[in-house]
Amino acid sequence: MSSLFDVQYALHILPDLLRASMYTIGITLVGFAIALVLGLVLAILRRSAIMPVSRVTGFFVEFIRSTPLLIQVYVLFYVAPLYGLTMSALTAGTIGIAVHYACYVSEVYRAGLNGVARGQWEAACALSLSPWRTYSGVILPQAIRPVIPALGNYLVAMFKDTPVLSAITVVELMQQAKNIGSETFRYLEPITMTGLFFLLISVTFASGVRHLEHRVRLP
Amino acid sequence: MGDLHELLPLLMKGTLVTVEIAVFAILLAIVMAGVGAVLRTSAWRVLRWTGNVYVEVFRGTSLLVQLFWLFFVLPLPPFNLALTPFTVAIVGLGLHYGAYGSEILRGALRSVPGGQYEAALALNMPASTRMRRIVLPQAMINALPPATNLMIELLKGTSLVSLITLSDLTFRARQLDEATFKTAEIFALTLAIYFVLAQIVVAVMRHFERRVSHGIVQRTVK
Repeated sequence: MSSLFDVQYALHILPDLLRASMYTIGITLVGFAIALVLGLVLAILRRSAIMPVSRVTGFFVEFIRSTPLLIQVYVLFYVAPLYGLTMSALTAGTIGIAVHYACYVSEVYRAGLNGVARGQWEAACALSLSPWRTYSGVILPQAIRPVIPALGNYLVAMFKDTPVLSAITVVELMQQAKNIGSETFRYLEPITMTGLFFLLISVTFASGVRHLEHRVRLP
Repeated sequence: MGDLHELLPLLMKGTLVTVEIAVFAILLAIVMAGVGAVLRTSAWRVLRWTGNVYVEVFRGTSLLVQLFWLFFVLPLPPFNLALTPFTVAIVGLGLHYGAYGSEILRGALRSVPGGQYEAALALNMPASTRMRRIVLPQAMINALPPATNLMIELLKGTSLVSLITLSDLTFRARQLDEATFKTAEIFALTLAIYFVLAQIVVAVMRHFERRVSHGIVQRTVK
């Protein structure tokens, strides 16, 4: 057993790690899609004129944002079944991470919505547009574009948080690396490669976001 | 709520470990943020490059991967460096959040107007005094609010150390859950404790934020 990084061994375990990284990417993309939609709903609910609705939403967002993702996934995986809601580890994990980041994303949307000039709301009101058309046609296109970089940062952050799901037996990249390590007692290669994967993929995501940001810039 | 009396003392034990780790990790993160910022603004290319690698590597990979790397890889050859889980937790969290912190610090230092540097230079202040008396106090105004957020992130990050066998709050919650099956109560209580801890961090940091911006007109948001 050579003591330094064993390239032969690294190549041998590469296919397994690649397969597991597909899971990681899949969880990230599905989770982020949910988070984008749910985050927008939360942001709009928080602006609601009905006081209890905005208060409750505000507290929910603050609570989720200031408690660890790990415990939240534990709750979904271990507590929800007690109330008759049984989910697979993958579903529970994806929902957990999606809800967690929905709360972060809702804050980003909120900043975007606050940035829209007051006159835009008043104009939409004067034209007697329905709330739906006010948001979809006037407010959101102006609110979302400036916050795309911030949203992108959360995509990368979310991607880097997926290993947390290994705690509820989701076999994503990190868990796969650990499994390989425990089989062969060589942790150096799998865990180092996992780190490199994360670095590579988050750099890729980040450059993708930068590209998108450039394309949707307001004229 | 009879359960509360049985559960709370045990969870509090875990909370103490969580708080200890968080405090030491925050101290290390502050030091590393300073080191990172100094390296990245250094005049020598080698140091700048080192700083960039540090920040990019620790920001670009997952905290859990870093903790596992320190925990599983270091004790084996070729490193043969066995650290206690407690040390791994503090070093891992400190280095990870220090990298984020150095970005905050760098941005805050850059936000201090150039005239302030020049004025300090014109008054013939040595570099250390200039930093301590002129630049840092002004940079802190911009650095503290994001630093508060980062500290909460760090506090939440401490829950991951339960996966490297440290008996922190999360670990205790899992342990109690397996022993008593009062799953819902235990996790609700755990979430509440983390929430309270985060609120304490916010309250303390608000105090410091007020102190550093004392006598300075705040730009109002919106």
